[in-house]
Amino acid sequence: MPDFLLDPLASGTTVRALSEITVLGIVSGAIGCWIVLYQLSYSAESLAHGLFPGLVIAALVGAPLLLGGAVGVLIAATLIVIATRLADESADTAIAVVITALFGTGVLLALSPSSPAGIKELLFGDLLGVTYADVMIAAGFGAAVLAALWVLHDRLLAVGFDKGSEQSLGVSVMTLNLILLALVAVTILVAVQSLGNLLVAAILVGPAAAARQVTRRIGPMMAVSVAVAVASGVVGIYASYHLRTAAGASVVVAMVGFYLLAALAGTLQHRLFPARQ
Amino acid sequence: MASRAAISADGPLGPGGPSYDEAVTQPGDSFVVARGLSVGYDGSPALTGVDFEISQGVRIGLLGPNGGGKTTLFRALTGELKPMEGQLDVRVSSATVPQTDRTRLDYPVTCLDVATMGALARLPWWRRPGKKDRAMALESLSMVGLAGRARDSFGDLSGGQRQRVLIARALTSDSELLLLDEPYTGLDSASADLLDGLIESLADQGRTVMIATHDVDQARAWDLVLCLNRTQIAFGPPESTLDRDVLEATYGGSIVEIPGQPGQGVLPPHHHDHGGH
Repeated sequence: MPDFLLDPLASGTTVRALSEITVLGIVSGAIGCWIVLYQLSYSAESLAHGLFPGLVIAALVGAPLLLGGAVGVLIAATLIVIATRLADESADTAIAVVITALFGTGVLLALSPSSPAGIKELLFGDLLGVTYADVMIAAGFGAAVLAALWVLHDRLLAVGFDKGSEQSLGVSVMTLNLILLALVAVTILVAVQSLGNLLVAAILVGPAAAARQVTRRIGPMMAVSVAVAVASGVVGIYASYHLRTAAGASVVVAMVGFYLLAALAGTLQHRLFPARQ
Repeated sequence: MASRAAISADGPLGPGGPSYDEAVTQPGDSFVVARGLSVGYDGSPALTGVDFEISQGVRIGLLGPNGGGKTTLFRALTGELKPMEGQLDVRVSSATVPQTDRTRLDYPVTCLDVATMGALARLPWWRRPGKKDRAMALESLSMVGLAGRARDSFGDLSGGQRQRVLIARALTSDSELLLLDEPYTGLDSASADLLDGLIESLADQGRTVMIATHDVDQARAWDLVLCLNRTQIAFGPPESTLDRDVLEATYGGSIVEIPGQPGQGVLPPHHHDHGGH
């Protein structure tokens, strides 16, 4: 292998970062397909921002970030439900108000002069700072999310196709949607530490949106989505090593590149092979 | 989409007596028995006075204006709505075939994927459809004449073909009572003829097919008609049921005569135009 590929592997930091982003890529690439098909991209981003104060408070008091984030998600979800009930506004306006308020509170805490250094990393993530324990935790939660997605696969596919198919599933549409959102929340919690609050939505939505452009069945869509997520991670981390750019942001930039390629390929595909009627 | 239901406003031991009255019909004789049935939403009835008995292998035309209670009856038959008064025994599993415009054309599924979704009705929530179910789905597709399109994207098919794929999905669920919601909407005459033939062959195989329609002339070709206008207007064979009085009561008096056929009414043309375009 050429040196520019081998050199970074000599550093444990890069190897841990590559392991972490591979785990996150596989899980996010898979669940991202459901986020895109269920049009939950906005909800996913809202969840990520809404749990921010939870993360910051956990960091300030020295509690596990996972715990802080989980409490943050629950509070955000409760506030969203209350806001949509109380306000006459449409649901997305209520969500926007709640989420920006929560996010603002989190930023206020995080950026105050008395906050310890390192807390700002919750915003942009610290991919190069992950430990092997972090990777193992991500792999454990990731495996659980993937297992749930595997079991529910056909029912998720059926409900996304026809919301009226409730009677045929043995699971109510409501329950299925809540399970999916809970799985998204778990994925965000695991990914937010290394990718940061601002960038975590990218890995959940970007690869799946790219895959959607070039595939026409759910199986290939998931495969392409996972491949794009992992490839963006690897390309981004190598780029950050060689160009000395921020790791998380480099991953996201690589992802945007893949998305543009896929959009181009999708357009060409449509032009060359128009759908049969 | 599919369910088994034997439900009554009064429970088996309630004041109304047993919900399953074996004295009225022998098991296996009738598929559906409704007696003095009222159903509705949030405590206010949308459909009252429903009283009919349907046996195996018949085609029933369900006539009525928009808001007349056709969809409400379907939802009661699938068990989604509970009777407010009277009783309803559905002794076989039923499946609703929705209008195709409720489904998504840009969704990453093949016709075989959609047909396989029907199997979910027969499986507990943790079981995924297997080889056997896909084989059955393929069989369903060949019953509707679309085995050759099994691998094609659902969205690439014509409206009539999509309707038949949705019927195949109901067949995979092994339902003996099929509820077709305005299946002729938006079909050209060739597709409508294909659908006619399919409905006839399904009835010949012993399935009971209930078809919600706006087309009175079409319903004359079937075995029974059920006329609804927020209450049951009439039920019986079309030749003895569809007289001028019944049609006027069903559609609210907007009937025009067919020249030379006194007593036989048809609807003014605009009534045929409830297109889902």
